[in-house]
Amino acid sequence: MPKTSRFLAVSLAVAAGACSGGSVAVPSSAPSPSSSGPRIVQPGAPGQASRVYAPEEIDAVEGLAWTDADVRFMQGMIPHHAQALDMTALVRLHATTDAVRQMGLRMEISQRDEIGLMEAWLRERGQPVQMPGMHAMHGGHMMPGMLSPEQMENLSNARGVDFDRLFLQYMIQHHEGAISMVRELFSSSGAAQESTVFKFAEDVDADQTMEIERMQGILATLR
Amino acid sequence: MKEMGRRIMRTASLMAVAALVGGIFAPAVEVAAQQPQQQVPPAAPALQWDPNDPRIGLGAGWLDAESAISGLELLAAIPRPDGFFNPSTPADGRFSNTDLAFRGDLLIQGNYNGFQIYDISTPSDPTLSLSVVCPGGQGDVSVYGDLIVMSAQETRGRLDCGVEGVADSISAERMRGVRIFDVSDWDNPVQVAAVQSCRGSHTHTVVTDPQDSENIYVYIQGTSGVRPGEELPGCVGGDPEENENTALFRIEVVKVPLDNPGAAEIVNMPRIFADDTGNIGGLWQGGDHGPGTQSSRRTNQCHDITAFPDIGLAGGACSGNGILLDITDPANPTRIGEVSDPNFAYWHSATFNNEGTVVVFTDEWGGGSAPRCRASDPATWGANAIFRIGEGGDMQLAGYYKLPVPQTDTENCVAHNGSIIPVPGRDIMAQAWYQGGVSLMDFTDPENAFEIAFFDRGPLSVESLFTGGYWSVYWYNGRLYGAEISRGIDVFRLTPSEHLSESEIRAAESVSFDQFNAQLQPQVTWAPSVDVAQAYLDQMVRANRILNARAAQVQNVLNGGASAAQMAGVASALEADAARIRAGELGGDADRMTKLAGVLRQLAMQ
Repeated sequence: MPKTSRFLAVSLAVAAGACSGGSVAVPSSAPSPSSSGPRIVQPGAPGQASRVYAPEEIDAVEGLAWTDADVRFMQGMIPHHAQALDMTALVRLHATTDAVRQMGLRMEISQRDEIGLMEAWLRERGQPVQMPGMHAMHGGHMMPGMLSPEQMENLSNARGVDFDRLFLQYMIQHHEGAISMVRELFSSSGAAQESTVFKFAEDVDADQTMEIERMQGILATLR
Repeated sequence: MKEMGRRIMRTASLMAVAALVGGIFAPAVEVAAQQPQQQVPPAAPALQWDPNDPRIGLGAGWLDAESAISGLELLAAIPRPDGFFNPSTPADGRFSNTDLAFRGDLLIQGNYNGFQIYDISTPSDPTLSLSVVCPGGQGDVSVYGDLIVMSAQETRGRLDCGVEGVADSISAERMRGVRIFDVSDWDNPVQVAAVQSCRGSHTHTVVTDPQDSENIYVYIQGTSGVRPGEELPGCVGGDPEENENTALFRIEVVKVPLDNPGAAEIVNMPRIFADDTGNIGGLWQGGDHGPGTQSSRRTNQCHDITAFPDIGLAGGACSGNGILLDITDPANPTRIGEVSDPNFAYWHSATFNNEGTVVVFTDEWGGGSAPRCRASDPATWGANAIFRIGEGGDMQLAGYYKLPVPQTDTENCVAHNGSIIPVPGRDIMAQAWYQGGVSLMDFTDPENAFEIAFFDRGPLSVESLFTGGYWSVYWYNGRLYGAEISRGIDVFRLTPSEHLSESEIRAAESVSFDQFNAQLQPQVTWAPSVDVAQAYLDQMVRANRILNARAAQVQNVLNGGASAAQMAGVASALEADAARIRAGELGGDADRMTKLAGVLRQLAMQ
């Protein structure tokens, strides 16, 4: 391995009046006439040639950012999760079965954290946290699986084991909707290529698929 | 915790924690009363901490956060280079720093957008040698000789390392699996193989066969959903009950011929979760362990595996289980032991002690992007679980360890990657806790692990939780290197403290490797030296486990000028003490005395 010429790097950094965090380096075998930054290489596919980026091409290294479909997915999932919190709030009041109570409270924690993640992701990118024209909980747009106002009313009025059963049935419907939103995202051209969206969408798919199985199991015991 | 002695509980905090934990996770009292036959496990204990801990209340910032340090010195802090961060969005997930690997004077830093190679011939001044663009996440890296192995998981990964992503949901241009780069010219990495796998590669593990110097193996740990068969033939998902050929419930084993790495290919897809009846999904079935316990997904994947070829074992952290694999035939790993734990949500990684008698598993509760070290989070959740390894792979829980100081709501924090610091006579692990910082855990006594050093910065932001902090912290040839997700690379050295002597540090610093991958754990042996002997002595004196007169005698010969006969004489006296201790006639540390005597005898012969 060729040793970096540290003296050269320092003198260049001083001459340019620049200091990128004390880690400026000039490889001795740079192929391009570049003299102001570290070498940047993009290997090719197996059997293909590599590409060397010139320092002025640095912005190209960043690549793709996010698509409208990603933003719509995050904006749509926030009210979807918010309704789940409305449902789990009712669990605190009315659940009679331990398993349902535990399930609901677990969901409350994870869905609240995920709302925070989605809002932060949108804000960081200067995007509104609400889908334009969407009035979160007042009808209008409904994301897949969300309870209708009538269903929310039914759940609010249910008591005893009827509540537990209805909560599970509705939450399964709600989760299936979220999973269908993930499927749609992954099938949209160019979507879910952004790392945070990709990870979040996969987590929703895996977590909610497991929770559906678990809720179906609990439901089977509530006869 | 007993050795910290001065831990003070804030009573008010404890009560608040108990109320919160009880309120959220434990069944309501009246429900329990209605079901007296139901066994309720004890609630997970609350975190305890020192209210004067300097890590509490650190000011926030990206590259200018306040920090607190103990038992360590920060030698260098190198931000991520141009092209590998987003100036307007410090926590942009496309550019997160990930895992580290080491070779000679080089450090390889994985990143979701590729990897960097730093020259660390002067560890306090890491110098960027090369940036390699190759997006696809996680970008975990390993190095073996002139090969770099890298994980590609995301749908944006391209065969040609391009940055433009792959728009089509089915595409021949997509690459998800492990890439192998030939770096015989370190300035010009060449991708020689791209091994595609059905779930991509979240992490991977290089595994060697002590009997075979011509091949290495790479275990692929895929955690994603299964790719469409239209994109990669043979890929189908589903539970085993629906589809016995499912690409879930397995790992992939890649064989890499060292003289022709381009011929790397998957040679086995072992069903390491199978039970005796042949059910390939035979381990944890998903769900919780009863009221007040954690819930885990069904075990259909390993998140990470740490191979320890010197003892023929690997530890697998696999969704709802920790497992032990026999890897004496690396192409055919076979499971010999498994555990689950009511406090674990997601088994994440494994690290052995140097003897291979203890294994530390981590729990990545919340997935790494959630704040799970708050005062209200239980002390056994999102923590390490430490197991003794018994006959035939039987694992017995010894204790838990969690970062012993609360973090804020805007700091993602949970147990994450680490490696052993080779202090002779002790088991010490340096560990990353995301925005919880770096914590050094002494688990020599697995039942009573405790912290001996730390470094922590304030949160990236007090307004929002942006994912950041340490991904991994590894010891390499005398220094600690921390991969900070959004802040770059930090280099530390150990400093003496009440918990660690100068000789213990020098003995650790004397250990040197040609290369290091945390998931390919090497067994350390120490050349006999005065520092190694002094380290054993320091440990016995610190614990008051040696006669004062004998300690003085040993110290006298270690101070220099002693003849070989004097050294041998002290060694004999130590061995006699050890024999009396084993016979129950004397108190003290017979094992360390014997080791110390052995070092003295070897020094006497030099």
